[in-house]
Amino acid sequence: MSIGHTLLGLLESGPRHGYDLKRAFDEHFGHDRPLHYGQVYSTMSRLLKNGLVEVDAVEAGAGPERKRYAITDAGVTDVAQWLARAEKPEPYLQSTLYTKVVLALMTRRDAAELLDTQRTEHLRLMRGLTERKRTGDLADQLICDHALFHLEADLRWLELTAARLDKLAEAVRA
Amino acid sequence: MIPAGSLLHAVALHKAYGRTPALDGADFSLHPGEVVAVMGPSGSGKSTLLHCLAGIIAPDSGTVRYGDRELTAMSDAERSALRRADFGFVFQFGQLVPELTALENVALPLRLNGTRRRDAERQAREWLERLEVDTVADRRPGEVSGGQGQRVAVARALAGRPRVVFADEPTGALDSLNGERVMSLLTDAARDTRAAVVLVTHEARVAAYSDREVVVRDGIAREGVAAV
Repeated sequence: MSIGHTLLGLLESGPRHGYDLKRAFDEHFGHDRPLHYGQVYSTMSRLLKNGLVEVDAVEAGAGPERKRYAITDAGVTDVAQWLARAEKPEPYLQSTLYTKVVLALMTRRDAAELLDTQRTEHLRLMRGLTERKRTGDLADQLICDHALFHLEADLRWLELTAARLDKLAEAVRA
Repeated sequence: MIPAGSLLHAVALHKAYGRTPALDGADFSLHPGEVVAVMGPSGSGKSTLLHCLAGIIAPDSGTVRYGDRELTAMSDAERSALRRADFGFVFQFGQLVPELTALENVALPLRLNGTRRRDAERQAREWLERLEVDTVADRRPGEVSGGQGQRVAVARALAGRPRVVFADEPTGALDSLNGERVMSLLTDAARDTRAAVVLVTHEARVAAYSDREVVVRDGIAREGVAAV
């Protein structure tokens, strides 16, 4: 995920302090990985340097100065371009799993057991996500569904590979 | 040896249809209150395993024990009585009686077990509410959507307070949103009533509602392997 674009997008609804930005990010997108303050401030310095945000106000207090950031016109254009751009689909060719299966067959190990072990692990993760969906709000459900559909796609590949192990063994041992 | 506390336990099940083997030495065990997914590719024998476990078909060899009783040694009439009293069933489609309303369908297993009509219908209505389909109580299966029909079927399966629910591809004919709602309602209700569930599915997202999985391949059932 592009943290810079996400923070810029959050700024479109109005100026915010770094702390508010972090809180908004964590609330909407940081379920598993909350942002570090360091990431927020380093990202804001970069956006500032590139003219995509500006310092809207500085509050002096007992501690360090608190800067309030606002998005610039260039920043709004940048967010719009990012949202309009399709993400590159990742085909995951030559994945680690594929490599493991081929190596298991080449070294005459039990590739079916490798696939069974992986299926169990995928299902374990899917159970956790399903439980989180049952107890979570709509945002949780959508985030978990995204992960679940990807894991399900992996599992379909596992089943297909399991069904073709004999042929694959012939091919890699030829 | 039967695993301690096991409710349903099958050993070395063999079953062939003509010369085609469907089960080739399958073992299986189920504990009270647990949800077990039976997975595997089409034609692997998973539905045959479910049918043998539920006493719907008899294996060619091997044993199925339910508590301290051996299903494989019972007469057809005894197995039928056991299914009515202790088991509930949800299939992909077609299990509701088309001439009866949703309420009458859910009340049917209770009536067959000797519950008086008024009590059976009151309990049936509570189950329909629980499965969020009380609004279609007076409609016949042909007049409700696929998702509603499947919820009525789940209500019917659970209404008799079974100790085991056998579900064979219960979401196979539903879209993902309806399928997930049915799974969520089925597993929640089963856990609340301490019913165990044998869930045959080829869909991983459906299997993710289970406590553990058993994979059937070439007629042999394997427990999920723990990652090292």
